[in-house]
Amino acid sequence: MSKIAIRVEDLGKKYNIGLPVVKYQTLRDKISESFKRREQVVDDYIWALKEVSFEVKEGQVLGIVGRNGAGKSTLLKILSRVTEPTEGLVEIRGRVGSLLEVGTGFHPELTGRENIFLNGAILGMRREEIQSKFDEIVDFAEVEKFIDTPVKRYSSGMYLRLAFAVAAHLEPEILVVDEVLAVGDAEFQRKCLGKMSDVAQQGRTVLFVSHNMSAVLRLTQETLVIDHGQLLLRAPTPEAVDFYLSTGLTQEGQKIWNEDEITTAAKPFQPIAIRVLDKQGVVSDTVRSVEPFVIEVEYELEKSVKGLRVGIYLMTTRGEYIFTSFDTDDISQYESHTVRPAGRYISRCEIPANLLNEGRYVIGMNASTYLIKRYFQDDQALLFNVDPAGAPGMQWVETRLGTVRPALKWNIEKNESGKLHHDKK
Amino acid sequence: MSAMNEPRTIVIKPSTGWAALNLKDLWNYRELIYFFTWRDLKVRYKQTLLGASWAILQPVLTMVVFSIFFGGLAKVPSDGVPYPIFSYTALLPWTLFSKALQDASRSLVSSANIISKVYFPRLILPLSSTLAGLVDFLIAFAVLLLMMVFYGIKPTGNLWLLPLLVLLALITAIGVSLWLSALNVMYRDVGHMLPFLNQFWMYITPIAYSSSLVPEEWRFIYALNPLTGVVEGFRWALLGTGEGPGITLLISSCIAFLITISGLFYFRRMERKFADVV
Repeated sequence: MSKIAIRVEDLGKKYNIGLPVVKYQTLRDKISESFKRREQVVDDYIWALKEVSFEVKEGQVLGIVGRNGAGKSTLLKILSRVTEPTEGLVEIRGRVGSLLEVGTGFHPELTGRENIFLNGAILGMRREEIQSKFDEIVDFAEVEKFIDTPVKRYSSGMYLRLAFAVAAHLEPEILVVDEVLAVGDAEFQRKCLGKMSDVAQQGRTVLFVSHNMSAVLRLTQETLVIDHGQLLLRAPTPEAVDFYLSTGLTQEGQKIWNEDEITTAAKPFQPIAIRVLDKQGVVSDTVRSVEPFVIEVEYELEKSVKGLRVGIYLMTTRGEYIFTSFDTDDISQYESHTVRPAGRYISRCEIPANLLNEGRYVIGMNASTYLIKRYFQDDQALLFNVDPAGAPGMQWVETRLGTVRPALKWNIEKNESGKLHHDKK
Repeated sequence: MSAMNEPRTIVIKPSTGWAALNLKDLWNYRELIYFFTWRDLKVRYKQTLLGASWAILQPVLTMVVFSIFFGGLAKVPSDGVPYPIFSYTALLPWTLFSKALQDASRSLVSSANIISKVYFPRLILPLSSTLAGLVDFLIAFAVLLLMMVFYGIKPTGNLWLLPLLVLLALITAIGVSLWLSALNVMYRDVGHMLPFLNQFWMYITPIAYSSSLVPEEWRFIYALNPLTGVVEGFRWALLGTGEGPGITLLISSCIAFLITISGLFYFRRMERKFADVV
């Protein structure tokens, strides 16, 4: 009989002023507002979470998926006691460690060694605890040589590794992981996922929030789907992922981003829409395998941006990546677009004919400056279907395995000699 | 697993009205106070040419300016001791207080990134900012001892009062910055008001002049400023001027206590909004 590690009951969180983050006011605003309020009663708020209830058993690895702004982060913030709920109740057995706070409190002027102690203390570790894990942390982060160097001299990769290493060695009873896997190189991500499954195998409870469906499928047995602050579904992960990817995503081949999906961190990049256009240039949620089609991203730059790249990921509905492509991949494009001035843009990508097999595909979108900043990312921006009509092999009514369906050239010839073909030489 | 190691259950629910102070939680996180104080000390004089000598330079330079203008030109009476040491003795607790006030009042806003990501008792931030000032105070105190040797002033037998006075200065600083730091999260006006408040407060404290200049009938109101008691006490214990701790110090202590208790409750009440607003 395993015990309940987390019990969430009717949890709700209300934010005023209709913004997820209420900006601080000055007294002047407050005073001028108090005059205005006489005319109109401002009752402008949103529920970032509403009536969410669920339980997590000890040792369970639970996935949480949802679109940007669905309320996932708010849920995690409440669970880690950063912010208070407006209503409802949470009961947590044990210490909550979260990987959404990687590098919190790192001070650039302090050395790696000093930051390990400071960061560890902020995350709630005792000094002896940090001391006993110190070597392990340094080892994991691979920063032995620079341990007495101020972290402001670290490369971003080293910084990240060190930050993650401290958080990963916290050994809380409950671990909350949020999107951390989106940063860092592939090797590092592998390490993070490894650490996470270690934690899970030690019988600790893990909440895993991610947009990476294949990671969710790999690491969790059960998953919650959250949308607009509400818990839509709790189901075994494959079912939940399928549900998540196939609902609310079919928007006739076009996705227009709402304001609440765009974080303030995206500035000056403002995503507007992403759409799939068929060969005729019509917005469509279904394209033909044998015809080329276009994926375009529309966006606005409020200021000029240096080194911007806007790109797409193509994924299966099981979350496996098929390819990633950026609009400045081509070296001549890269050189002619070093700085993009402010204005409205469309980045258009032509997908050649005879590439994709029949089925459903997910497009993710990313706008970033390499190693500098990720402005905006939506891993499940749009879903579309590929119709196989006319594709090679359609004379047989069967489902072809694989995600690509190229029209390959075959040559059939008769071997007259009766010997193995290559033995002739 | 023994019952001792059973993880404790935390209940999270909306708090209403005036929250309890929950000092136990603060105790559980006591090491963090140490780490934040230590960080502030380590970082404070990084990338400066003069390093920790700033701790001495600030009060010493102020003392020089005061001695030239108030002591030399304006001939402000200094209760029979040389003016430089008269003002420096007062500048010591004042610098401790004003530095603590400035740092602690800004502590929440300057740690916004931590507040919005990790839980810990928020009280730790203003507390540790205040404590970090103590080291500077001790360094500057060494200069005072040198000056006393130079002027041939022997300390009185009342030195025992000094630690208590330092404590009173710190408590006042904490009390005021509990109010101001919490207000600063909501209204950034506080940040703009601080330099002015600091200046104003210095004038209503007997630093450049002696409190004996204040007319008798105003003494009571004058004593409402907790720093008056602290500064007077410092001069009495070190230089033997003025009167011993009396009604002034009592009033000062009461006021400091009041500000701090009310500040604690106000801070706790506002605490739950910090992460959303900061």
